[in-house]
Amino acid sequence: MEQTQSLWGFMVQQSDKLWAQTLAHIGLTCISLLIAVAIGLPLGIWIADRNRAARAILGVAGVLQTIPSIALLGFMIPLLGIGAMPAIAALFMYALLPVIRNTYTGIRGVDAAVTESARAMGMNTRQVLMQIQLPLAMPVILAGVRTATVINVGVATLAAYIAAGGLGEFIFGGIALNNTNMILAGAIPAALLAIILDFLLSLIQKADFKKMRKASLVLPVLLLLFSSFYIFPNAQQKILGGFTPEFMGREDGYLGLKSKYGLNIPTVVISDAVMYKAAFEKKLDVISGYSTDGRLKAFDLITLEDDRRIFPPYYAAPLVRQDALERLPDLEGVLNLLAGQINDSVMTDLNYRVDYLKQLPEKVALDFLMERGLYKVSRQGKSGVVRLGSKIFAEQYILIQIYKMLIEGNTNMRVETKTGLGGTKICFDALNNNEIDMYPEYTGTGLLVLLKPTPAQMKQLDGSKERVFDFVQMEFEKQYRLKWLSPIGFNNAYALMMRRSQANENQIKTISDLKTFADKN
Amino acid sequence: MISVRNLSKNFGGVDAVSDISFEVSAGNTMVLLGTSGCGKTTTLKMLNRLIEPTSGEIRIDDRDVFSAKPEILRRGIGYVSQNNGLFPHFTVAENIAVVPRLLKWDRSKTEKRTTELLEQLRLPFVKYAHKYPDELSGGQKQRVSLARALVADPSLLLMDEPFGALDPITRADIRKEFLELPELKRKTILLVTHDVQEAFELGDQISLMDKGRIVQSGSAQDLIFKPANDFVSNFFSHHKLQLELSSLKIHEIWHALRDAAPDSNSTAITSNSSFWEVLELLSDHKEKVLTIKNAENDIKSVSLENIQSAYTRIKQNR
Repeated sequence: MEQTQSLWGFMVQQSDKLWAQTLAHIGLTCISLLIAVAIGLPLGIWIADRNRAARAILGVAGVLQTIPSIALLGFMIPLLGIGAMPAIAALFMYALLPVIRNTYTGIRGVDAAVTESARAMGMNTRQVLMQIQLPLAMPVILAGVRTATVINVGVATLAAYIAAGGLGEFIFGGIALNNTNMILAGAIPAALLAIILDFLLSLIQKADFKKMRKASLVLPVLLLLFSSFYIFPNAQQKILGGFTPEFMGREDGYLGLKSKYGLNIPTVVISDAVMYKAAFEKKLDVISGYSTDGRLKAFDLITLEDDRRIFPPYYAAPLVRQDALERLPDLEGVLNLLAGQINDSVMTDLNYRVDYLKQLPEKVALDFLMERGLYKVSRQGKSGVVRLGSKIFAEQYILIQIYKMLIEGNTNMRVETKTGLGGTKICFDALNNNEIDMYPEYTGTGLLVLLKPTPAQMKQLDGSKERVFDFVQMEFEKQYRLKWLSPIGFNNAYALMMRRSQANENQIKTISDLKTFADKN
Repeated sequence: MISVRNLSKNFGGVDAVSDISFEVSAGNTMVLLGTSGCGKTTTLKMLNRLIEPTSGEIRIDDRDVFSAKPEILRRGIGYVSQNNGLFPHFTVAENIAVVPRLLKWDRSKTEKRTTELLEQLRLPFVKYAHKYPDELSGGQKQRVSLARALVADPSLLLMDEPFGALDPITRADIRKEFLELPELKRKTILLVTHDVQEAFELGDQISLMDKGRIVQSGSAQDLIFKPANDFVSNFFSHHKLQLELSSLKIHEIWHALRDAAPDSNSTAITSNSSFWEVLELLSDHKEKVLTIKNAENDIKSVSLENIQSAYTRIKQNR
């Protein structure tokens, strides 16, 4: 991995992907916008003289708007699966409110004396609408379309989470991989896109009344044109891989699969939040999961054996600021209470309880500590604050809750938790900037994402659990003054997963088997 | 001509207009006068079905207005509203061409008619046709609004407080202009106003309305000198003297007028002028004596004193 590669260099190197993602992004934005205008405009016109319907429809559209975008995408999965359809549906819902509301407001805002005199001249309802109300309301309507466009360009980045493509692939990949160039390669074009589309619409909006009549025709044509950029991902494949943005960009991920195994299957980018379910529902065949993930158990997936050892060990251990250990002398001891306590199957089970049985991480943590006889009632201490952080998935939530109970039960310190800090980069930066004191990290992540060793160093480590741990411990202390405490026990490594039934049917046990199978088809 | 019988409008249980009947003969101007909320505008808007009546009968030029689609009906009736209702995104020419376009006139006919009307209204086509309403003064807008109503030469013109949005001086000027416009002299006009002065100046016939009913209908003099009840006399009490004087034409008091000593350089006017006008001319001190000629070409010289004594005599005889 070259650390010194410039942003421009990255964009040139990845220009194929960048271009495809940009087109997909424009396509997603414009298709959803087109549908939103096609439905929102008539709806806005229809409610303009119906007070009760207006209240109901604006209310519903308003509620849709308040659903957090990632949640809305989540709701879409059971209904529409993954890919373009749910993404467009979600974006459409976001674009709907500004379009309806501005159409409604625009038409209501037309001077009643003007529409009345239009009727008095002998225009029928349709003529009044087309010749008077719409042209006069057009600047307000277009302002709504502009708002919707900018919202959609932004929200469309999240489409990458459900295999619909777009610039979010780079953005979330970059965040996960601590690769600033990759983030910018997604974020800058997305920002430019918002600015350019907004600017184009502002030209239409500012056009004077006379041109407006023609300009309002230009809009749908323009949208249709942009929409056609989007080519729906071809889902009719024998084997379809769905990988997280992070996995896609990693040497110990998709890149390694390609170079070491020669695996070449069609892939889509998807969030790990929906990946397992999508595999279960046969929307995807191969996914990149974590070996301790509870959903493995829930969705009856099996992991493929990594027979060429491209996935390095990912032993979890608390990563703590050196100065916090010095400031709070009790901390190291209490954190180490958990060392070696949780193996792979225990962790999978804990994760299963949260991810699948929907138990709260607090309850799962409590049950676990009770079972192990480690639980002590909180002392409600006040002699210092420990700030714990976590990444945004169940395992980390559970670990944080366990640590919180251990710390508060065994010492007089108080715990502040900052959970859900996104990916590795966000957690690591928070730790480095002294916003948190500790978060659970994985040795493999520390090695590959944060330290980025040379190929020679990698060869020397050779995927050994102990050597990797010693290496990251030494380097982190040296480079960042951060300390790795003793590993908790389990190895949450990357793994390729398939449905048990499909794997058995085709006798796929290892990644090499998968390659052979994929090549045959 | 207009014939309205037993017209009523009920808005959600409230009678806005109840059981109104009136007739306006061709070429006459009828003014609906009253305070706001008296139902005069509702009555007006029922004539071109901007408001659909609850019950009643309306005939315009002997045709039932409910026999055709409202938009077809409206194309044949000129309409001028208080806030001019010009389309802000249309030029003056386009605004005027609205009805011709609906009637599918050819371009040259529309343009010829537009030019003609704009010239009559002192808005030269070349200078004004391509301006937008925003670029015009209030008076100019109202004139364009009138041109728009007149363009298809409808026999009936409905005017809803046509001068209401103008300042008093512009209002008086435009009113005068309207009175002199040849196109308007041939029209049957129904005009709504709350301005007593305006009603007396423009109306051949005035219907005073209150609470959805016509309280009294008749000429200006009927209303002033023969009020049907207290409401009518109270309504005019503020302006009583002025109204009396301006509704009174000189030829009506001809017999009571004594001749004064003639003055060789006095202004000559006709006996069609109102008492008020004569009073105004005499009281601004430029003239001591006016020469007035009646329909039979009799001539009287009138001074301030003898016009005052004539008034006193008339009051005593009534």
